[in-house]
Amino acid sequence: MNPRLRIINVRKSFGATCALKNVSFEVAPGEVHALIGENGAGKSTLMKILSGAHLPDSGQIELNGQAFIPLNPLHAKRSGVAMIYQELMLAPHLSVEENILLGEEPATLGWVNRVRRRDLAWQALAELQHETIPLDVPVNTLTIAEQQIVEIARSLIGEPKVLIMDEPTSSLTKVDTENLFGVIDRLRRRGVSVIYISHFLEECQRIADRFTVLRDGESVATGSMAATNLHEIITLMVGRELSEIYPRTPHKIGEAVLELRELAGQTKPQAVNLKLRAGEILGIAGLVGAGRTETLRGSFGLDRLKSGAVLVRSVEATNATPSARWRGGIGILSEDRKEEGLMLNRSIADNLTLTRYGPLTRWGFIQRSRQWHAAQDWMTLLEVRAQGPGQTVGELSGGNQQKIAMGRLLHHEATVLLLDEPTRGIDVGSKAQIYRLIGQLASQGKAILFVSSYLPELMGMCDSIGVMCRGVLSEVRPVEEWTESGIIAAAIGQSSSTSS
Amino acid sequence: MNPTKSLLFSRLLRAINVVGPFFGLLLVLGLFSLSAEVRPYLFTGGNFKIILIQTVIVAIGALGMTIIIVSGGIDLSVGSAVAMSSVLGATLLVEGYSTTVTILFTVLAGGLIGLLNGLMIAGFRMMPFIVTLGTMGIVRGGAKWLSGNQTVNNPPGTPLNGIMARLRPTELFPLPLGVWIALALAIILAVVMRRTVFGRHVFAIGSNEATARLCGIRVPMQKVLIYTLAGLFFGLAGLMQLSRLTQGDPTVAVGLELDIIAAVVIGGASLSGGTGSVLGSMIGALIMAVLRNGSNQMGWQNFTQEIIIGIVIIMAVGLDMLRQGRTKR
Repeated sequence: MNPRLRIINVRKSFGATCALKNVSFEVAPGEVHALIGENGAGKSTLMKILSGAHLPDSGQIELNGQAFIPLNPLHAKRSGVAMIYQELMLAPHLSVEENILLGEEPATLGWVNRVRRRDLAWQALAELQHETIPLDVPVNTLTIAEQQIVEIARSLIGEPKVLIMDEPTSSLTKVDTENLFGVIDRLRRRGVSVIYISHFLEECQRIADRFTVLRDGESVATGSMAATNLHEIITLMVGRELSEIYPRTPHKIGEAVLELRELAGQTKPQAVNLKLRAGEILGIAGLVGAGRTETLRGSFGLDRLKSGAVLVRSVEATNATPSARWRGGIGILSEDRKEEGLMLNRSIADNLTLTRYGPLTRWGFIQRSRQWHAAQDWMTLLEVRAQGPGQTVGELSGGNQQKIAMGRLLHHEATVLLLDEPTRGIDVGSKAQIYRLIGQLASQGKAILFVSSYLPELMGMCDSIGVMCRGVLSEVRPVEEWTESGIIAAAIGQSSSTSS
Repeated sequence: MNPTKSLLFSRLLRAINVVGPFFGLLLVLGLFSLSAEVRPYLFTGGNFKIILIQTVIVAIGALGMTIIIVSGGIDLSVGSAVAMSSVLGATLLVEGYSTTVTILFTVLAGGLIGLLNGLMIAGFRMMPFIVTLGTMGIVRGGAKWLSGNQTVNNPPGTPLNGIMARLRPTELFPLPLGVWIALALAIILAVVMRRTVFGRHVFAIGSNEATARLCGIRVPMQKVLIYTLAGLFFGLAGLMQLSRLTQGDPTVAVGLELDIIAAVVIGGASLSGGTGSVLGSMIGALIMAVLRNGSNQMGWQNFTQEIIIGIVIIMAVGLDMLRQGRTKR
């Protein structure tokens, strides 16, 4: 049988970073094909190309044997490639029926044919055997699982040939997951090809016919799911050389400065125990959504805690405001520098000095020249490329922005640094500088909690690592006791293989 | 570039940003002076005195509004607050309270309205637009209720009438006390906004509230403070209104908030917060007054003035978008 979708040598770079180096694979009609890879392996870029959000630099895509270059999301959908995102794309206040036919309303001269719309919506739901979902209620009154069914039903309206699902089970319960697998099965029997993207390998094993592993922007292997065991797949995902150099600055580990005991937030995390000591770099690995960011936010007083305790230098200080944490010498780096980390329309100097104006004031008035000189000193130290301290942060590159965000912790002279994905989305040169900086800080006796989704940097930088899975932090162990495959296994909840 | 040089450079850039509105002011004056009939009168001291007196109320309101808009908020209840405090002031005078007590309570009434706005906005995380739209109605109604839906005349001879009085109408000086008060407050607030931790935190909240929270700024408390402080300015604007009309009028200053917001926006502030300057807002207020004054002398009808002011606001914001578009890229 001819393949439904064929991807040949697709490449894509963004500036200097190569997101996809060489990706090739095929999907047959009625096949469920699992796309597997670590965070940053290139899955999302590939999806964006298939759904028309990005154009590939080179390579071919064939749909039913014909060349196919999706120009925009509408074109992709009209051509029969539909996409279901991890965050559902529904209009929450509109009814189920309106959502299913959003953008495809049956109409004459602009007047919606409501009877026909109802029929079509009902048919789509019936096809998924979920006709029990009421058509008239607003979708925000449905459960997440039901909303997902609505989203899938919507994708059925355009007679899809290929359906791409990104982490569809990440927010579903076991029962709902089974239900979803039933739906995927019916799609398969209907001849729809499904590209199934998930971190949960067991799920891929259950539902997929074949798989392709992506690693560092390359498709490294394709095979039959039934004929391959999990361990082989994990090895394929990891098998990479450490390309970056991680500085091994000697540092001495001292007293515990931050301790979390059975920390639990409103939804995430559920149970986190860790002891961060002066001069230590402690890494937290885990999948996106495992509750790592929430752990940092909760212990910093940004999110409300449900239970547990936070001890700062062995003194109980569980419920504190962010301002109290800063005063206690703790600093936080947000994972989202654009939305939370930085004031994009303010100057570098303003961003660097925001938490600590004290040394810049005289008689209560901020001395602009002192602020400027302080900012300039940090910019020199961090090798920030900018016109000067007065330049607006929004004009800088991602790497330089991140250095400014880090610089704020330096200016504050924080002794405990909570770093959430400090190297996300920045160029390799800036990454190396941030690694060096983290090493230096540790050698000065500062304690660093390092959250990252990129395993090599955790393995390269940290003294000890804990792995977070569905809100629970594993035992924190010295880095020597971990292997990359052990961490991945723990992150996806495969604790049995950690012993290997 | 070394920091001192770079600091100078940044001051230059900021000066250019202020020059923008200033240039607008010159442009407006220049356009009116094209008319041979208006020109001889436009540039007399007596006329500038009129313009300055007409600016005072909008300018003092714009001081408060600048703090609010820089913090990313908005206040629609200004006109009502002005009416309320002017009615309250006149009533107190009629009841025989001293001038000092009257001034104090008039200004505090504005501060109280601001405090209530701030508490609702920060406490319940409600949209400032909606909250102040609500208080706009409540306070206006309250002012009418307090005055029995009538104007309250100041007792003749009260010193309050002198704050905005136009003595020696053909000469620029002496300027009434109100003009000097507005000028002094503008200078003080400009320093506070630029050079104090409070001022920098106002900018931080408007620029990115999440960052402000992350960096340990107590955002809710700060917001209450911002709206209260602005309210005190609005109360003072009410006092000026009281002095200018020599009576408290519950129906006065309807739509004043829009003039004030326009002045702040013409002065270079962005309604999305994080940018704006006191000096810019003051020039914005002057532009509004010159437009009115010039249009009157041209003998233009009220509707022409309204259309022209509308066009100027849109042009000012359009220019601002162009400037921001450059920095966002």
